[in-house]
Amino acid sequence: MTEIIPDEKRVISVVVVNEASVLARIAGLFAGRGYNIESLTVAPIPESKYSRITIATSGSKRVIEQIIKQLYKLIPVLKVIEHAQQVEKEMALVKFPVGESIADIAALCAAYNGKIVNVGQGVIITMVADEPQRINYFLEAVKIFNPKEIVRSGVVAMER
Amino acid sequence: MEISGARMVIEALIAENVDVVFGYPGGAIMNVYDEIYKQKSFQHILTRHEQAAIHAAEGYSKTTGKVGVAMITSGPGFTNAVTGLADAYMDSVPMVVISGQVAMSLIGTDAFQEIDAVGISRSCTKHNYLVTHASQLPRILKEAFYIAASGRPGPVHVDIPKDVTAQLAYFDYSQEVQLETYKPTLKGNMRQIKKAIEAIAAAKKPLFYLGGGIKASGADALVRRIVAQSQIPAVETFNARGTLSHEDPMLISMVGMHGSYAANMAMSECDCMIAFGPRFDDRVTGKLSEFAKYAKIIHIDIDPSSIGKLVDVDFPIVGDLKSVLEDMEPLFASTIAPSMYASWRETIKRFNDLHPLSYHDDPAGRLKPQWVIQRIGALLGDKANISTDVGQHQMWTAQFYPFSRSRQFISSGGLGTMGFGFPAAIGVKRADPERISINITGDGSILMNIQELMTAVEYKLPVINVILNNNYLGMVRQWQTLFYEDRRSETDLSMQPDFVMLAQSFGGIGYRVSTKAEFEAALQDAIAKNVVAMIDVVIDREEIVLPMVPAGGSLFNMMLAKKEK
Ligand SMILES: Cc1ncc(C[n+]2csc(CCOP(=O)(O)OP(=O)(O)O)c2C)c(N)n1
Ligand SMILES: [Mg+2]
Repeated sequence: MTEIIPDEKRVISVVVVNEASVLARIAGLFAGRGYNIESLTVAPIPESKYSRITIATSGSKRVIEQIIKQLYKLIPVLKVIEHAQQVEKEMALVKFPVGESIADIAALCAAYNGKIVNVGQGVIITMVADEPQRINYFLEAVKIFNPKEIVRSGVVAMER
Repeated sequence: MEISGARMVIEALIAENVDVVFGYPGGAIMNVYDEIYKQKSFQHILTRHEQAAIHAAEGYSKTTGKVGVAMITSGPGFTNAVTGLADAYMDSVPMVVISGQVAMSLIGTDAFQEIDAVGISRSCTKHNYLVTHASQLPRILKEAFYIAASGRPGPVHVDIPKDVTAQLAYFDYSQEVQLETYKPTLKGNMRQIKKAIEAIAAAKKPLFYLGGGIKASGADALVRRIVAQSQIPAVETFNARGTLSHEDPMLISMVGMHGSYAANMAMSECDCMIAFGPRFDDRVTGKLSEFAKYAKIIHIDIDPSSIGKLVDVDFPIVGDLKSVLEDMEPLFASTIAPSMYASWRETIKRFNDLHPLSYHDDPAGRLKPQWVIQRIGALLGDKANISTDVGQHQMWTAQFYPFSRSRQFISSGGLGTMGFGFPAAIGVKRADPERISINITGDGSILMNIQELMTAVEYKLPVINVILNNNYLGMVRQWQTLFYEDRRSETDLSMQPDFVMLAQSFGGIGYRVSTKAEFEAALQDAIAKNVVAMIDVVIDREEIVLPMVPAGGSLFNMMLAKKEK
């Protein structure tokens, strides 16, 4: 009988040489082995030739270990950081119709490090930034205000 | 002085001491071929198919340990080569494969013979490059050779657009390779090494599990010394055949799906497994939950992703095997006394006596493939390099040929590519002309690169192909017999060419033999004539490869040959 081990959620940061093919290498590594990518963000690291790719993924302990080793094997990968000890944040933009209670929406956003960032024709746009799990709660809570569109940034992380 | 990108390729190959390139030209790579025409520093061998060019370069590399080099054109030239790249990747063969590409301005336009070559090769190479300007070529080619040969070796693919081969730039090959993100670990962790030695000293039934990493790191001599000194028994993986001489009393045999009873039992019963650069292939481990259940596992490998991939390892040691074993050898000598394992060796001997590797020779019936292989071994031994194709004949060769050195056995272990054997044997002959290059093949596999008869004849590389002809895709037929109630779906190869005439039509020599005497006479004649040969050996169609661990079964649950009464 095979043990059923629950999948762990993990955020892995990968420091890579900032070159054209590197994202394809990493995405290909996940795709080719059936590893799951929940979110992925990329941005250059200031004043260096490197970029940081932050990947939220899930899998058994063995799979996560294997992902990390395989990432290390890619030639343009400098470093793979996978710590339980890290700050993780995500941003979300949500668009509401103006008919909804602006004050209530603003109050809810404030509770999740956010605010109203744009008021346009018939819509308002809010921004919140928090831990990914808290973003989930926020999006659950704002359902009563009939959000028209939701954009999540994907998670970024930094070691403590 | 500025030189063209095409000329740079030549200069780089010269600087890397390349003495042979296997390849096939076409539109996108013509500038480079024009420069090949003008130079005399290395030989170019024109194979008759791009896949064969890669396999020939693999054969050359597997024989010499040097980086194999192949060259192909864009589009279909490249896609024909993909099987070879994948084969080299799976067997960690150091290779640099250079392909032409359509001009930069045409990339992405579905131009004639355009294919996203680096997109395709990404998953079957150690690394790859698309060169976008000639000025990058010296750095990229130097990196390519360095990456191919260092760490866990593997193929590197360099794709060069046609206009880049015409661009002029300065060529400076003296710059050291500087790859901040690629620094393979060489030295093993000394604390971990000491712990491993303690575990071996505490064990009663230790076992060396020898893998392909040994030849890759050039550690065979060290391994032989350590085995001789410690008197710990050893099993070899398919890719490690020849690491120990067949005469070595500590060598049990090959392990895995078609490993010997004693080897597989030793793997299952040992209490300390000392793994030197194997990759715990599923064809070796069998059912994972039952694999080496009682053993503490020590795994030394240069590739961290090989360690603990499938099996939990108690003492992982990341490092170049040769360097780690250099550190270990004195500790073995001071800590391990051969007398410690006498009763374990006795146990293994009993396993071996109970079910030795064997077959039933039937003097009245058709030739047995195992006899043919043993006979080649008895006649040629160390004087031959042995390549194979893929199938039953390959497993019989691994089981029955008396290998006496590493790099003597050249076969497609990881990918299992039918069609590998003949072109590989051509590369082997080019690499080691003094020795006889034999390709032991099947009636199915040989047709998958049969056009290479022309290459072998043209370049006077007298490979001897021994076709163990069972008129079947034998290995598949074996599985059908065992696991599909003998429904022989699409495996009957009764329809065959006349291999004798076929060989002759290319300028080689052919023999069809069905008795022992005929076989020996044909082999001797082919060796004496020193020409490209095909010996079509009619063998017993129904023979199967045993022992066998059914896929996914436990290593100790083997189907065994019936005992002779
Ligand atoms: C390119 C390729 N296609 C298919 C297979 C699957 N396969 C493995 S062994 C085998 C039969 C090989 O037949 P033959 O060369 O006659 O060798 P035999 O097993 O009869 O010795 C086949 C079809 C393979 N390994 N490679
Ligand atoms: Mg056959």
